[in-house]
Amino acid sequence: MKISIASGKGGTGKTLVATSMAASLASAGISRVTLADCDVEEPNAYLFFPERTLLERKECYVPVPIIDELKCTHCSKCADVCAYHALAVLPETVLLFPELCHGCGACTLVCQESAVREGSRSLGEIFRARSDGVEIIWGELRLGEARSTPLIKAVKDRAEGETVIVDCPPGTSCSLVESVRGTDFCLLVTEPTPFGLYDLDIALKVLEKMNIPRGVLVNKSGMGDRKVYEYLEKRNIPLLMEIPLDRNIAELYSRGEIFVEKMPEWKAKFAGMVREIEEMIS
Amino acid sequence: MRQIAVVSGKGGTGKTSLVASLAALARGRAVYADCDVDAPDLHLILQPTVMERREFFGIKRAFIDGSKCTQCGLCQDACRFGAIADFQINPALCEGCGVCKLVCPAGAVEMRESLAGYAYISETRFGPLVHAELFPGDEASGKLVAMVREMARDLAASRNLDLVLIDGSPGIGCPVIASLTGVDLALVVTEPTITGEHDLERVLDVADHFGIKTAVCINKFDLNPAAASRIEDLCQERAVMIAGRLPFHPSVVEAMVLGRAVVELGGPVAEAISGMWNVLENLL
Repeated sequence: MKISIASGKGGTGKTLVATSMAASLASAGISRVTLADCDVEEPNAYLFFPERTLLERKECYVPVPIIDELKCTHCSKCADVCAYHALAVLPETVLLFPELCHGCGACTLVCQESAVREGSRSLGEIFRARSDGVEIIWGELRLGEARSTPLIKAVKDRAEGETVIVDCPPGTSCSLVESVRGTDFCLLVTEPTPFGLYDLDIALKVLEKMNIPRGVLVNKSGMGDRKVYEYLEKRNIPLLMEIPLDRNIAELYSRGEIFVEKMPEWKAKFAGMVREIEEMIS
Repeated sequence: MRQIAVVSGKGGTGKTSLVASLAALARGRAVYADCDVDAPDLHLILQPTVMERREFFGIKRAFIDGSKCTQCGLCQDACRFGAIADFQINPALCEGCGVCKLVCPAGAVEMRESLAGYAYISETRFGPLVHAELFPGDEASGKLVAMVREMARDLAASRNLDLVLIDGSPGIGCPVIASLTGVDLALVVTEPTITGEHDLERVLDVADHFGIKTAVCINKFDLNPAAASRIEDLCQERAVMIAGRLPFHPSVVEAMVLGRAVVELGGPVAEAISGMWNVLENLL
């Protein structure tokens, strides 16, 4: 089973929930729990496992054109066909803007001089580590790199296990779509504030479009207002857990500790929620 | 014209609440641009009256004309994004490269632009706001950010306002790069947590990569004094100025629930933001 943890708004507690869920399942004896951190722009989940042992580290490559200037006639067909404006043909040379390239291969296809061949470039790195019964996989997007989706896909493809928990990036566009694609259930983490509600509504629409079963976890309950609860009730969206606004939890999180390790009564709640999710999708 | 972008690596550090307050302080002198097009929240505080709506077309996507398609399968083999199955395009996977159209011997593929959202020019109690709506799950948020920024610059020029204040998105990828390009100052909002620290470094590195001047705001600095002082040390090492330190206080959420800016309510956070605004004005 693959469960994604997402939210429209940032900072609602996705990583808090994903790490707590992974730790709770691991101590409940689920043998293969994998935590896949798909927030490749700002990967954080691994920080909560300081005792981890690194098992693997590798580059994530995407194709990119290499122009043979000796064969090139500067006809500009490659630049004309490129939907991403990643090539500019000047009278004497061809300029490539690798960050704009999607690696689609159109330039190679249209070049009649066979002057375009394909090389590869790295978008970032993928890491795999193990800590206390949890396997953690994360990606780290190279600085200055705009396209995160191929790296997100590579992180997800690498994640195997009985239970895979996918920690998603914030937002409601392509990186969220790529992260939740193929997961069996999406748990949306929100906070009971106007910002939390507004962004939750957009994220729910994305999941509806993708036909992914979903439920909501309200974090920092007790703050803000009641509108998010009224919203969920009106739409019949299951509220699976509430985590109170609690200085103790916030402090543990700020130090990089998984709060359920210090407040073990929460482990049963997380394990129970996962069972409930399992029943909902079966 | 000067442009300030408020960004953060980590989400939820308080960018939008801060921008709303800075807008209240800059009242009448600036144009505001909500460039967090994935999760735009600034309008919830600024409560805009929309004056103009423009259509946003994202990437082109392929369409297969079933009456022309001979089901030869060449397009499926050529597509690098796995977007074609059973001679049908999956629009969610199509990246609009046009390779399928190139290889189709039957001329059955057409590339079509599709409406992906809207950008708005609005009036608010603090001055003009440019904001946007990206349809849920759509692509090209970076392109929409660029459109919002261009509209904001044009608006500032036409109204003789010399400041554009940008509310950015979390992360370091495409929408963030689009929010940062060409700004005079990136104000990075962080919080004293292990994740806040880590993400601050990444976003400072990205700003350096593009040669953009930065300043840091530590939000909720009193929540974890040890982490806050590590952030202070990091900024000192990197010669990045700390423009402000905001205390943790319930007035921030109270203001949000009321649809007001924190500085409109007053209190310790409001005072700290006003102090920071003076620092920022001097910096520019």
